[in-house]
Amino acid sequence: MDHFVDLTLSGLASGAVYAALALSLVIIYQATRLVNFAQPAIALIAVYTAATVAPLTGSYWVGFVAALTVGAAAGALVERFVVRPIARVSQLNGIIVTLGLLLVAQGGVGMIWGNEQHGFSYAFDFVGRPSPADVFALVSVAVVAALLFCLYRFTPLGLRMRAAAFRPEAARLSGVKVGLMLTTGWAISALIASLAGMLAGPPFISPNVFDIVFVYGITAAVVGGLDNPFGAIIGGLLVGLGMSYVSGYAGPELATLTALALVVLVLSVRPDGILSRPTARKV
Amino acid sequence: MRTTMNTARRGALAASLALALAATACTGAGEVTDSEGPDLSVSTGVTDDAIVIGTHQPLTGPAAAGYMSISRGAAAVFEHVNEQGGIHGRQIDYRVEDDGYDPARTIDVTRQLVIEDEIFAMFGGLGTPTHGGVVDYLNDEGVPDVFPASGALSWNNAEEHPLTYGWQVDYTKEAKIQGEYIVENFPGQNVGYLFQNDDVGEDSQEGLDQYLTDEVVTRQHYESEVPDLSAQVAELKRSDAEVVVCSCIPAFVALAMLEAASSGYEPQWVVSSIGGDTATLQGLLATFTEGTDAEEVPADAFLDELIITSYMPRVEDPDDEWAAYFIDIYEEYGEGDPITNTHIYGMTQAVMFAQVLMSAGPDLTRQALIDALEEQEWQGPGAVPFSSSGGDHGGHQGAYIVQYQEGGNMEVLQEARVTDRDGGPIEEVDFTPLSPEELVFHD
Amino acid sequence: MSTSATEREPRAAESAPDRGRTPRRGWSDLPSPLRHLLFAALALAAVTGLLLVTGDLTALRMAAVGYTMLAVAGLQLLTGGSGQVSLGHGAFMMIGAYTMALLVLNLPMLPLAVNLVLVVAVAVVAGIAVGAATARLHGPYLAGATLILAVGLPGLTHRYHEVFGGSNGLTVHTAGAPPFLQGLVSDSEWKALVVWTAVVLALAVLATISTGRLGRRMRTVRDDETAAAMSGIPVGGTKVTAFVIASAAGGLAGGLQVYVLGTATPSMFTLALSLTLLAALVLGGIGSMWGALWAALAVVYLEIWLSDAVRAFDLSKDVENNLPIVLFGVLLILVLRFQPLGLHGILQRLRALLRRAR
Repeated sequence: MDHFVDLTLSGLASGAVYAALALSLVIIYQATRLVNFAQPAIALIAVYTAATVAPLTGSYWVGFVAALTVGAAAGALVERFVVRPIARVSQLNGIIVTLGLLLVAQGGVGMIWGNEQHGFSYAFDFVGRPSPADVFALVSVAVVAALLFCLYRFTPLGLRMRAAAFRPEAARLSGVKVGLMLTTGWAISALIASLAGMLAGPPFISPNVFDIVFVYGITAAVVGGLDNPFGAIIGGLLVGLGMSYVSGYAGPELATLTALALVVLVLSVRPDGILSRPTARKV
Repeated sequence: MRTTMNTARRGALAASLALALAATACTGAGEVTDSEGPDLSVSTGVTDDAIVIGTHQPLTGPAAAGYMSISRGAAAVFEHVNEQGGIHGRQIDYRVEDDGYDPARTIDVTRQLVIEDEIFAMFGGLGTPTHGGVVDYLNDEGVPDVFPASGALSWNNAEEHPLTYGWQVDYTKEAKIQGEYIVENFPGQNVGYLFQNDDVGEDSQEGLDQYLTDEVVTRQHYESEVPDLSAQVAELKRSDAEVVVCSCIPAFVALAMLEAASSGYEPQWVVSSIGGDTATLQGLLATFTEGTDAEEVPADAFLDELIITSYMPRVEDPDDEWAAYFIDIYEEYGEGDPITNTHIYGMTQAVMFAQVLMSAGPDLTRQALIDALEEQEWQGPGAVPFSSSGGDHGGHQGAYIVQYQEGGNMEVLQEARVTDRDGGPIEEVDFTPLSPEELVFHD
Repeated sequence: MSTSATEREPRAAESAPDRGRTPRRGWSDLPSPLRHLLFAALALAAVTGLLLVTGDLTALRMAAVGYTMLAVAGLQLLTGGSGQVSLGHGAFMMIGAYTMALLVLNLPMLPLAVNLVLVVAVAVVAGIAVGAATARLHGPYLAGATLILAVGLPGLTHRYHEVFGGSNGLTVHTAGAPPFLQGLVSDSEWKALVVWTAVVLALAVLATISTGRLGRRMRTVRDDETAAAMSGIPVGGTKVTAFVIASAAGGLAGGLQVYVLGTATPSMFTLALSLTLLAALVLGGIGSMWGALWAALAVVYLEIWLSDAVRAFDLSKDVENNLPIVLFGVLLILVLRFQPLGLHGILQRLRALLRRAR
C-alpha cells in the first residue's frame, strides 16, 4: 500500500510537469494552431538563464524571474520575426520552423554552456513525500490553468486572442490587432513553457534534457484536449500517474509504451481529447 | 579507372551486374562466405612524422553529457606526448568523430576514418551498441581495434575478432569482486540491485549472482533514455535493501542518491567503476548540498561512505603519482573544464596506447602493433594487471575497492584482486604500476 | 574524395530528366507505370555509373541516400499527398529494420528479394494498424499520436529483450557481392546497387500511385475532407491507404538499411530520426519527388559538410561540436523563410532564371 502511495505521489509530481508543458502547448494552439517544437527550446533557454543568473545573484528567485522574463521575451521575438512569416504559408512549414528553432537552441546552449550535465536546484526542498518542491509544482500548475481559463473565458483580451487565432480575417475586420494578439499568445505560452522548464529541469540539465519531457507534454495535451486548459492538467496527471504505476508494477521499460497506449485508448474514443467539445469542430 | 575502362568492358560489366542482381534476389541473404584474413604488413596512416589514429565518440546528443570527457582526456595526453617529441619521432594525429551514440552514424564515421582519413588504428571507440556495429568491419579491413571504451564481454573474443583488444575491466569480473566483498563484509544484510537495462546490467548480475543468492531482495532496472528512478528507489526502500549495488552511469547514480535522500532512505551504496566517478557526482550533486552543514565539500552528504570498485588511478587521490601527473597534463592541455575520473579514463587509455606504439618500434606496421600488444608487459597506469596476449584480449583483469570518506578522501578497502568472467576464483595480486617517469610512452 | 564524388551526384541524377526530355511528346504519351519504370532504369544506370568510379565510403553514403530517399518519399505521399503530418515515420523504419534483422538471423537461407517482400508485408500490417487508429485524428492530435509512437515503440525492444536484443539490438551478416564479381565490385558497392535497385522500383510504384487516381483522391481529401466525401471519395479509407503506403516505403527503407549496415538497435530509431525525416522533406521540397532526393542528400551529407567546414576554423570544442547543429537549424529556417517550397523550389527558380537568360 505504501508503494502505491509512493507511486501516486511521484506520478503526480511528474504529471504536474507534463501538465505545465501541455498548458503552454494549449495556449500556442489557441493562438496559432501549431504543434510547437520551440517550447522545449524556450524552456531550455529559460533554465540556462536561471542557472547562470541564480549563482551570480545568490538567489534562486532572481534566477527564476530572469528565466521567465527571458523565456517570454524569446517567445515574443521568435513569433514576430521567425515564425509568423513562415507559418503563414502552411502549418507544416510552421512545425518545421519550430523544429529548426529547437536545433538552434540546443546547439547554442551546447556552444555556450557545454554538453555536460549540470546540477539545477529545485524551487523548494526536495526531501519528503510529497516534498515542498512537488507541492509547489502542483500548485503553480493549477494556478496557471485557472488564470488561463479566466483569461480566455472572461476577459476581452482572451476573446480577441481566440478570434485572432481561429477567424483572423473576421477578427481583423472587427478591429482586433491580429499580429499583436499572436505575439501576446506566444509570449504567454513561452512564459508557461519557461515555468515548465523550471519545474522539469531539476535535478540535472543538459541540452537534450527536455526532449522526452516535451513528448510527454504533447501526449498530455492531446489526451486532455487542446481546447481547454483543464484538459492539459487532466492529461498531464493521467500520463504522469499512468507511467508511474506501470513503471512500478510492471517495469520501467514500459513507461513510454504506457503513454502510447494512453493516447491510442483516449483518442480512439474521443479524437479531440478528453475535455473536447464534441460539436465544436467543423471540417 | 574511368579513362582506362573502355565502353565494351563497361557494357559487359553492366550486363554481369544485372545478371548478378537477379542472382542475389535468389540466394540466401544471410548466407555469408568467409574470406581470408587481411594483410597486416602495411603501415597505413603512418608517415615519417605522423601516425593517424581515429575514434568514434558521442560529442552531441543525449549521450554526449556523460562521455565527451573521455576523448578530451585522451586528446590532452596525445598533445603532451607530441610536445615531448612524439613516438619514434612521429606525432600522433588523433581524430575524433562524433557519432551521437547512433550506430548508423558510427558505421558512417568509421568508414570515413578508415577509407578517407586512412587511420592506422581505431582507438577507444565508445559504446557497446555503437562499436558492436563496426567491430566486424574493422577486423575484416585489418584495422587494429585497440581498447574499445565499454566493458562488454564481446570485445574479448580473439578467435572471431583477432584485432580487437578490450581495455575496460569487463562488467562480470568487476561484479564478482563486488559480490565477494559484500558477502564478506556485509553478511546477512539484504541486498538490492539497481542496474542499467542493457549489457551493463546483464553482465553485472551474472557476476554478482555467483556470490549473492538469498541476500538479494529485489532487482530494479532503468532505461538510460528515461531519467526517472522514483519507482525503482521506492521499491528498493520497500524491500528493505540495506546494501544497494548500482551498476549505473554517473547521472543515474546521482539521481538514485537524490531519490533516496528525498524519501529518507539511506542504504550502503556500492557503485561500479562506470558510475563511481565522485568528481562527476560532486559536480552534479553540489547544488543540492548548498546551504547545509556539508557545504564546504560539495555533495559530501550524499557521497559519504560510498563504496566504489576501480581499476585506474583516481583523480580524488592527488598523492598518487599518476593522478597528479594527469591533473597537471589536463591543466595544461585540457579544455578548461574540471578534470574528472571520466577524463582519467581516456587519459589512461591514451598513455597505454602510446606505450604500445613505442614498443612497436620505429618500423611501424599494423602487424608490429599487434605483436607489441601481444608481447607488452603492462605496468600501469592502471592499478590492476592487464591482459592482451595469448588469446585473452580482456584488458584489465580485476579491480580494487575504495570508499569515499567525509571531506573527499578515498580510503582503500581492498587491494587489487583479479578473476575471470566465469566461475573461477578471485585472487589477490601483487601489482604496482610504474611511475610516469619510469613508464616509456613517448620519446 | 567525398566532396568531389558528391558534387557529381546531383548532376548524375539530374541527367535522367534531361534524357527524358528529348523525346518529349513520346515520353508523356507513355502510360504512367511504364514511364516511371523507364525513369527508374535511367536513374539506376546513373547510380551504377557513379558507383563504378567511386569508393566504398561513397557507396555506403549513396546507399544511405537511397534508403533515406525512399523513406522520405513515403512520408511525402502521406504528408504532402494526403495532408496527414506524421512525426513518427522512424517507427515504420524501425519495424522494417527489425523484421529484416530477424529474418536474416532466423532464416538465413531466404533470398533477399523474399526478405524484402516480407518486410513490406509486415510494414503494411503495421500501417493498417496505425492508419486505422489515427484516421479520425487531425492536426496536432495526429502529430502527437505519431510522435509518441516513435518514442514508445523502441520500448518493445527492451521489454522483449530475448527477441530484439535490448539496447544492443541485433547484429546480422548479409551476403555481399556474388563470387564471380569479386575483385570487380566491392561488397559495399554491391549493396549500394541492390539498395538502389529496390529503391528506384519502389519509387516508380510511389510515383505511379501519386499521379494516378489514388493520388488525386488523396489530394482532394487533403484540400477539403467534406468536399471529398461529398464527391464520393471514401475519406477514411483513403487516409488509411496513405498510411499503409507510407509505412510500406518506410519499412522497406529500414529493411534496406539493415541489409547495408548489418545492425538494428533502438538508438538508430530515435525521435531525432523521425523529426529529421520530416524536416528534410520540407527542406527538400514537399511538392515534388525530386524534393525527396534533395532531402536524402541533405540528411546524409549536410552534417558531414558542415562539420568539415566548421573544423577549418580553430574553435573551442564546445563550439566545434555544436555549431553544425545550429547551422542546420538556421539553414532550415532561412530556406523556409525565403522559399517555402524548399530546395526544389530554389532549383526550379534557378532553372527558370537560366531559361530566361538564354
